[in-house]
Amino acid sequence: MTITATKDDFTGTATSSANGAWNIGVPEQGTYTVELDESTLPEGIALAEGQENPRDVTFSQTSNLSVIFAFGEGIVVQQQDFGQNLLNRLVAGLSFGLLLALASVGLSLIFGTTGLTNFAHGEMVTLGAVLVFAFNALGLPFWLAILLALLGGGLFGYAQDRGLWRPLRRRGTGLVPMMIVSIGLALAVRYVIQFYFGGATQQLPYAQSPEIQLGPVSISPNNLWSLGISAVVIALIGIVLLKTRLGKATRAVADNPALAAASGIDVDSVIRIVWITGGMLASLGGILWAYYRPGVTFDMGSAILLLIFAGVTLGGLGTVFGALIGSIIVGIFVELTTVFGLAADLKYVGALFIMIVVLLFRPQGILGRRERVG
Amino acid sequence: MSSTSAAPAAQPVTDGDSVVKVTDLVAGYLPGVNILNGCSIEARKGELIGIIGPNGAGKSTLLKAMFGLVKVHSGTVVVRGQDITGLKANKLVSRGVGFVPQTNNVFATLTIEENLQMGMFQRPKDFAERFDFVAGLFPELGKRRAQRAGSLSGGERQMVAMGRALMMDPAVLLLDEPSAGLSPVKQDETFLRVHEINRAGVSVIMVEQNARRCLQICDRAYVLDQGRDAYTGTGRELMKDPKVIQLYLGTLADTAE
Amino acid sequence: MDFGFILSSAASEIFSPTTAAYALAALGLAVHFGYSGLLNFGQAGFMAVGAYGFAISTLTFGVPFFVGLLIAILASAVFALLLGIPTLRLRADYLAIVTIAAAEIVRYIVTTNQLTSVTGSANGLAAFEGGFYSMNPFPEGSYFGMNNRDFFIRVVGWALVALCCTLIWLLMRSPWGRVLKGIREDENAVRSLGKNVYAYKMQALIIGGVLGALAGMVFTLPRGAVQPANYGTELTFFLYTCLLLGGLGTVLGPVIGAMIFWVVLSLTQGILYGLIESGAITWLNTVQAGQLRYILVGVALMLLMIFRPQGVFGNKKELAFA
Repeated sequence: MTITATKDDFTGTATSSANGAWNIGVPEQGTYTVELDESTLPEGIALAEGQENPRDVTFSQTSNLSVIFAFGEGIVVQQQDFGQNLLNRLVAGLSFGLLLALASVGLSLIFGTTGLTNFAHGEMVTLGAVLVFAFNALGLPFWLAILLALLGGGLFGYAQDRGLWRPLRRRGTGLVPMMIVSIGLALAVRYVIQFYFGGATQQLPYAQSPEIQLGPVSISPNNLWSLGISAVVIALIGIVLLKTRLGKATRAVADNPALAAASGIDVDSVIRIVWITGGMLASLGGILWAYYRPGVTFDMGSAILLLIFAGVTLGGLGTVFGALIGSIIVGIFVELTTVFGLAADLKYVGALFIMIVVLLFRPQGILGRRERVG
Repeated sequence: MSSTSAAPAAQPVTDGDSVVKVTDLVAGYLPGVNILNGCSIEARKGELIGIIGPNGAGKSTLLKAMFGLVKVHSGTVVVRGQDITGLKANKLVSRGVGFVPQTNNVFATLTIEENLQMGMFQRPKDFAERFDFVAGLFPELGKRRAQRAGSLSGGERQMVAMGRALMMDPAVLLLDEPSAGLSPVKQDETFLRVHEINRAGVSVIMVEQNARRCLQICDRAYVLDQGRDAYTGTGRELMKDPKVIQLYLGTLADTAE
Repeated sequence: MDFGFILSSAASEIFSPTTAAYALAALGLAVHFGYSGLLNFGQAGFMAVGAYGFAISTLTFGVPFFVGLLIAILASAVFALLLGIPTLRLRADYLAIVTIAAAEIVRYIVTTNQLTSVTGSANGLAAFEGGFYSMNPFPEGSYFGMNNRDFFIRVVGWALVALCCTLIWLLMRSPWGRVLKGIREDENAVRSLGKNVYAYKMQALIIGGVLGALAGMVFTLPRGAVQPANYGTELTFFLYTCLLLGGLGTVLGPVIGAMIFWVVLSLTQGILYGLIESGAITWLNTVQAGQLRYILVGVALMLLMIFRPQGVFGNKKELAFA
């Protein structure tokens, strides 16, 4: 398609390449009018609703500037009344918060039982989505791809503990060095994923999901599924932790590893199970995150790592139910800030800011125990 | 004496009445620095053994070495005829050793009942029966089973800690300074409790700072000095032994008699 | 494959302005983590504050170079204060999470379209380096194969590194530095001597942060542009790799670490590209070769931390942790 930029008596024209990129050189900084010739668009593609065309762009302090024309149905500019919008964002935030909780509950369990603040948890999230994409691309049925991705996540958790963290625990490596090791692991795994997956954004099957009206709320079926799945899984984890022998043993190890060993609990095997569970939960969170965004990228997990940390920290490091509540607060907060006028590209800022503020007044987090803070 | 040598396949290393036999134990936290320098003690069935000695004599280290928490360099620990030297803590529980640490001895975030459940993690089937046994010893625990251990007082926590260690029906219970940090009244209660546990048929090895109270209730006692067992005898004997009085009991021992 | 070219381009990394910037920022981390035990994961944020503080004051307010420099330093000191007040009393892992979050907040704010007129959003800012190069005393010509601009920025960058190293070296030998190391070893012991631990930590945070801001300027001046994407969390992690390469509780460690970091990166890139072009490696393309380098950085960071946490020149006794 053809794009034209004009200012005073200057006119520059460019034709976009196959991937939609275009470039117009201009003689000087200033305000230009950029227009997309809609008649040159490929058949079946229209400019997204609310996309200004032509539009004025100004650049004064840089030598280049991007102008993006968004296409398709997916990008619809919301024009709802405030209450409606609030409700929709609240539900979307709950859905987002619960998928964050999947990752943060695992992170919190790992922290609780081993003391490790795992910066590679974001990559465990990414792995789930990437594996679904890969298995699906290999021609496996969708359900099998998801199942294998969850298993892959569990296996990654197991391998991490077996190959790295358990030997380090045996050596008596301190918590701060382990944290830095986890950063190295995060970098290495992130770029291994990019090495094979590439830098592009890919979509999982059924990623297109137009919103439906459900009572007073409009929500996409994918979000609804995500909400339901994460709520059920987290409820299951909660029941396991509270009611079963293994769950109680896990809490016992998190509470007091030495005493757990003195009671006859095999602490290493409990930690191994925690890593496998954490890996599977992160994988599931990653798959749901790929639908929520939507899209799969090699750095999708590290993009929400800080939100996961924020959820865990808000709730109190090492408390599982705190991680759940913290994540829901973060999810809802991220979505609601846009309703109250914060720009969409700043929506993570609010969540990170609230985490810092909470730590200022309640360093142990919402549900944390005071003695956990040194 | 050897009428009860029903020990399973393992070779009976000691005579049948011996529940725990520690022989020439050398152990320490750092390589080359031994806290224990060849310490030998023995507990026979149903005995209440006290271990006393000055600070740094290696009392707590002895218990920890027996329980696999401190590296053993040489010597053996035999429980019911089985050599358990150097086994990891979680393996010892099934061999009949229960351990109550001095501090951090309950799961604070778990309820009383869950604490006791963790005590018999390896044998959950017999929970009801063992719970009744412990609740019989400590009726207070039976009444408040749903309460969080973290919300309990020091004395109550200790009941939970001892109860947890008793759940697996241990052949011997190792107590690390049970009276530490308690008020004099609570200390008396604690010694009474230990005495009751022992009367219920459990052999007990107890390390104590409060030497006099310890000697009053125990059947036999060992006095540790510089990582060795310096004296042994019945509680009564040791309380009258002039050296022990001079070194560890002080002159008050006479007035207490 | 042209080994001469590969070697010479790797050697040129030793004194590149980017290496100088990494050395300065890693020196700042040495003050934070190596000497004070403060786990600052937001050094990229300090660099961004310095670079943007300078660029914005130059472009938006039209101030001269040295005023811009002063504003950048003040901005980073204020950032350190804001960051330090809530976090310095927290445990190490909380501090790490809060500092990384604060750095990301800075990056989101300079990226947002809401402030495009000030920050240039994702495209960043450019054309603010004029004031700096107008001070260039070197007439046009060739200096060791560089033009006078490239030469000038290298001279200034490395003079700054030398100056800062000397200052930090003197500081750490002073009574102030001894208290700081004491805090690293045992905070409560220092507190019981009546020292205000919180104040010392705050001062260390500010000093290391100002070094970060200077690094941000040295990083951005030769590029003539500052873009938010350069100041992500990975930058901080690369700096930690430099710091660990060289040695934690040392002054020259971060400098040598930054040199090793960039030389090794350049060498691996050169060799990999050469092998790909000559057809010796067919299972890689040049894009993947670039990613392979990041994998190596990650693995190097892990291995260093596990097997040689004191770094190449560090002393194991100086470690902030056992």
